[in-house]
Amino acid sequence: MNVSIIGIGQTEVKELWDTSIRHLAWYAIEAALDDAHTTDIDAIYVGNMLAGALSKQNHLGALVADFAGLRGIEAVTVEAADASGGAALRQAVLAVKSGLVKTALAVGVEKMTDATGAPVTAAVASALDADYEAAHGLTMAGAAALLMRRYMHEYGLDVADFAGFSVNAHANGADNPLAMFRNRLKAERFTGGPLVADPVTLFDAAPMGDGAAAVIVTSHERAMDMVPVPVQIAGSAIATDTLALHDRKDVVWLRAAEQSAKRALEKAGVSPDGVDLFELHDSFTIMAALSLEAAGFAERGRGWELAKNGAIGRNGRIPISTFGGLKARGNPLGATGVYQVVEAARQLRGEAGDCQVDGAKVALTQNLGGMGGTAVTHVLKVE
Amino acid sequence: MEVSRNWRLQEQRYKLVGETCDSCGVKLFPPRDVCLECEAPAYELFTFTGLGEVFSYTTIYDAPAGFENTAPYTVALVKLAEGPLVTAQLTDIDQEDVHIGMPVEMVTRKLRADGPEGMIVYGYKFRPSVETAVA
Amino acid sequence: MTEYTPKQGLMKPNLDVGIVGYGAYVPRYRIPAKEISKMWTGGVGGVPIQEKAVNGLDEDVITMSIEAARNTLDRARIDPRQIRAVWVGSESHPYAVKPSSATVAEAIGAVPNTQAADWEFACKAGTEAMQAAIAFVGSGMAQYALSIGMDTAQGRPGDALEYTAAAGGAAVLIGPAAEAVAVINGSYSFVTDTPDFWRRAHANYPSHGDRFTGEPAYFKHVMGAAEALMEALDRTSADYDWAVFHQPNAKFPQRVAKQLGFKPEQIAPGLLSPRIGNTYSGSTMIGLTAILDIAEPGDRILMVSYGSGAGSDAFDLRVTDKIEEVRDRATTTETYISRRTEIDYATYSRFRDKLKMS
Repeated sequence: MNVSIIGIGQTEVKELWDTSIRHLAWYAIEAALDDAHTTDIDAIYVGNMLAGALSKQNHLGALVADFAGLRGIEAVTVEAADASGGAALRQAVLAVKSGLVKTALAVGVEKMTDATGAPVTAAVASALDADYEAAHGLTMAGAAALLMRRYMHEYGLDVADFAGFSVNAHANGADNPLAMFRNRLKAERFTGGPLVADPVTLFDAAPMGDGAAAVIVTSHERAMDMVPVPVQIAGSAIATDTLALHDRKDVVWLRAAEQSAKRALEKAGVSPDGVDLFELHDSFTIMAALSLEAAGFAERGRGWELAKNGAIGRNGRIPISTFGGLKARGNPLGATGVYQVVEAARQLRGEAGDCQVDGAKVALTQNLGGMGGTAVTHVLKVE
Repeated sequence: MEVSRNWRLQEQRYKLVGETCDSCGVKLFPPRDVCLECEAPAYELFTFTGLGEVFSYTTIYDAPAGFENTAPYTVALVKLAEGPLVTAQLTDIDQEDVHIGMPVEMVTRKLRADGPEGMIVYGYKFRPSVETAVA
Repeated sequence: MTEYTPKQGLMKPNLDVGIVGYGAYVPRYRIPAKEISKMWTGGVGGVPIQEKAVNGLDEDVITMSIEAARNTLDRARIDPRQIRAVWVGSESHPYAVKPSSATVAEAIGAVPNTQAADWEFACKAGTEAMQAAIAFVGSGMAQYALSIGMDTAQGRPGDALEYTAAAGGAAVLIGPAAEAVAVINGSYSFVTDTPDFWRRAHANYPSHGDRFTGEPAYFKHVMGAAEALMEALDRTSADYDWAVFHQPNAKFPQRVAKQLGFKPEQIAPGLLSPRIGNTYSGSTMIGLTAILDIAEPGDRILMVSYGSGAGSDAFDLRVTDKIEEVRDRATTTETYISRRTEIDYATYSRFRDKLKMS
């Protein structure tokens, strides 16, 4: 059975001080239900990473279903750090494919601003190995910095070589009214960013914000009757790697990202050449470079080059972060994976507005947990 | 308050006790019971010398809760002489001297303290040897 | 009552014992005394020492003791499971209740078949533990006993003691004389109730009796212990190659040495206070490790500690041939002292937790 998207919805990503986690989820779900013109949902999979830590709220499945007026249906939370959103969608796809669930809704939601400062940094670091990484003061940005420094060392690069990723993300984000940052970033300013974890600066690191996004899926057959342009989920795969960087034999290679991309593309019968745009997990510029390599768009050690030669631009060989990516649209951790799919669906429907990649038919989305301990890849396409 | 949790890790934190795989001989730190290399059970304990070199490093300015009082501090991936990488802070360093390949040795230091009344957590950090620091 | 003589007070165990391993530790940071005087006196007037050692943010008596203990074991090369006592003397134990010594014992692999206890007697807590270790091994109860004197001493901002209260110390492993790098020929303890310096429970900083810490306190007890030990062993200052006295500043140990008839060159290698300050419980012991680092087989050493409150322990040691074999197995005291990173008063305030954060 093929699975297709019949509804999408999202909130803007920013510090939404006056919005609670249940409201965030509801706004995204409401938009998706409107988009699909149905309220007939059989199951909800909630992607979330930090509600327990920051909002003192677990049990989001029941909370969200209840608040959306869908009391009684199946609803659970899926957690895979900042890959939670992608993983929730994967569960929705599996549920529909199993034939046991007719219509499933995946909603990614993250409420970052119920806490601020060092406790948030610590909560985010729970994506790392608590006993052997976070216990030593490592943070998510710190782990990315360890990767970036090693990558720069192995390939003889400077910080400036990563500028293109953030410049591209901000350029695209400037055209996305829902983006957290709509300012353009000048390449020459890139190296002067405030340090977060040397060499990672604020200009490498995606800003974390509140946000929610939702996707409704059902069988392709039903979808064709329900909506004008069903977006097919042609490939879907999750792969895992060691949680900790220190356990990886090949530190500067995202093995799970490679495996999940390979499986999803294979399933879809698509090669990297056939992909029109790639919503990748640019939580840090180094993750963008490594994702491009892992998914097969660049040779090992050469992902950074794509940011230098215009290949990742809207009209380039492989457009990435087309609505700003995590870097400019904002990174609502556990919701991010669903945002990527919502954005890719908008591209394939031809509804991306100023962010539109012309003639896009096949999109790849890849959502990473932590430093790639979890990688969720989806291949979306339209006829 | 993670008293038992920190206590449980003392062998690793104080002495770098890892494991060795009976089947393929690989040395494992942290201990993980199933070999990273060949997936065979690996329960035999192995104590590392604590010598190694910096494989990568970062100085953390945006510190998580519990580490604010010591920021900025430097965390490294240290490649132990016996093979594995370990994530640990560097201490007694001059920032400008830290580089990939820098030889380091394990020392036991305070990792953090749970406020003025809570437990003090001790564990491994790495530093350039005292002799090199003087030379 | 019959007359009491120093010979009756000489402490010498049934079995011959000695130091079978030793190790020092000094943290890398130094604050010059002038930097402190700049803060409080406008830099006017003399300062008691050149600079003092300051522990880093991630160091305390436990971490510093572990390093000194590891150096000791590197020299002694014994199985740590044969150690029956790990005793840490300090006036700056990180916990009021919870033994520093148990953490040190765990870290060096001496657990579980060991004694572990923390000792406190102002600056002589370390040598107090040494006396006990001598008895422990000398009685045959233990093969080895580890005694450590280590401090991260507190000095009230602006007080005279702020110039000298320093961080550092040393460990010595007591064992059979046959394995020793220095045999202990005898020791003598001299204690009275003399209130020259104290710190009440929960107080951040110690108080002291100013000039009362001199004659009735330091000098009376150091002289008392040293003279009694030398008399008991029929020795004079000329019989010693080296001597080390507790070093609350640079002046006191030099003056007491002179009064006891020692020449400046006899105390020079162990006189560390001008360069690292007063490491309290560590002070006399790290002076001893500095001497052991340069002593020749056959050399005789007199070591006299002082702790406020007040008392002194005096030890008579003879260096053996083994010293040359073990000396270079671990970092020397001088190497630690030469490892030096100067800090200003602001950094010192942060490292020593003097900034009010809440």
